[in-house]
Amino acid sequence: MIPSAFGYVRASSLANAIDLLRQDPEGTRLVAGGHTLIPTLKLRLASPALLVDIRGIADMRGISIDDKAIRIGALTTHAELLASQQLNDVFPIFRQTATRIADPQVRNRGTIGGSIANADPAADWPAVVIALNAELEIVGPTGSRRVPAKDFFVDIFTTVLEPAEVLAAIHLRRPTLGARFIYRKIRHPASGYAVVGVAVGLRMEDGLVAEMSIGVTGAASHAFSGDAATRFLMAKPLSHESIEEAAKLVSEATECLSDRYASAEYRASLVRTETKRALLSLAA
Amino acid sequence: MSEVEKRHVVTLEINGVRRNAEVEPRKLLVHLIREDFGLTGTHVGCDTSQCGACTVELDGQAIKSCTVLAVMADGASITTIEGVSPVASRLDAVQTAFHEHHALQCGFCTPGMVMSVRQLLRDHPDANEDDIRHGIAGNICRCTGYHNIVRAVESLVAKD
Repeated sequence: MIPSAFGYVRASSLANAIDLLRQDPEGTRLVAGGHTLIPTLKLRLASPALLVDIRGIADMRGISIDDKAIRIGALTTHAELLASQQLNDVFPIFRQTATRIADPQVRNRGTIGGSIANADPAADWPAVVIALNAELEIVGPTGSRRVPAKDFFVDIFTTVLEPAEVLAAIHLRRPTLGARFIYRKIRHPASGYAVVGVAVGLRMEDGLVAEMSIGVTGAASHAFSGDAATRFLMAKPLSHESIEEAAKLVSEATECLSDRYASAEYRASLVRTETKRALLSLAA
Repeated sequence: MSEVEKRHVVTLEINGVRRNAEVEPRKLLVHLIREDFGLTGTHVGCDTSQCGACTVELDGQAIKSCTVLAVMADGASITTIEGVSPVASRLDAVQTAFHEHHALQCGFCTPGMVMSVRQLLRDHPDANEDDIRHGIAGNICRCTGYHNIVRAVESLVAKD
């Protein structure tokens, strides 16, 4: 399959990429790993006039970790997230998630920034960055801003990114001592995408829930945060009954997608079951 | 000339040889390898980044060359199945193991499979069966049922 013709330039800097986007927001697409965009071009579902290759932008590369915070450049590949011992010493959920994304060859090219900015309703990282309470660094013509991950996803393939804005990095605070995170995924056997994916963070103190977060992907038109369940469980002990109720709240938080693989009812049921299993394993 | 019509000169090293080519931006790396360089050991199977028949190494990493633009491989070092053995007339260790364990039937997936196994063994020199099956998850074989491929790779782990 051959894409329709397009122009190609390498962005020399983030400012340069933003400038190119601003000149023709409709006809310009950014490319890094290309593992969503190139198949889309081949199927001619998109035919941009210009691809802007952003791989050379140094500000968007690498993982930096200090005693308080972690910054992950948007260009970081799934394979790099899987391999980074330093990152996984702090947040093992990165390896746990990355090993379940696609296959080794795809992980060598695909990037976390692409996964988040593309906002495929079944992508894995959106759920994980919501559960990690990440802030997304967005750079545009008027400067940069940070958006909490849970407010970033708006609809299917739609985010708060304005036409000439670029997702530059993912920012995380180091977790409080005792906080644990897990990602559970029902993987579509052919595509490898999440039929449903649930990421949960939990910290207990004196037998009560002190911190909690839930990110869900695959279930609805976009990844979402299970706020009602978090509010419900806060300062409560974890019991089978309270976990059951929280899981129910997550599954009822939004209208689930229905397609030929899974009905809305089935997806809601998977959300409930996976949330329950995630909480049970973190409580253990 | 508009950006769309502009052709780009790509310089890369392929199997140790420096090559140039002039490409349209939409040209896929696998087409550059097969059509411009005549290295037809790299196959096009599904053409949708599922099957792995087009797997080559780009700067030492296994990638699916049907999902990389040739223009994005400018400056890269690429190894294809034709370049895995230092002596062209002889098989390398992975190819030999495939031969000895009857790890192929029709052979269509084999070049991509070999390229993936090379990365698998670099990442997991002491791979167990789970690691091996996970490592070749991006390559589809319709003949062997994978068992003999796994045995071939296990034989390489055992030798180390």
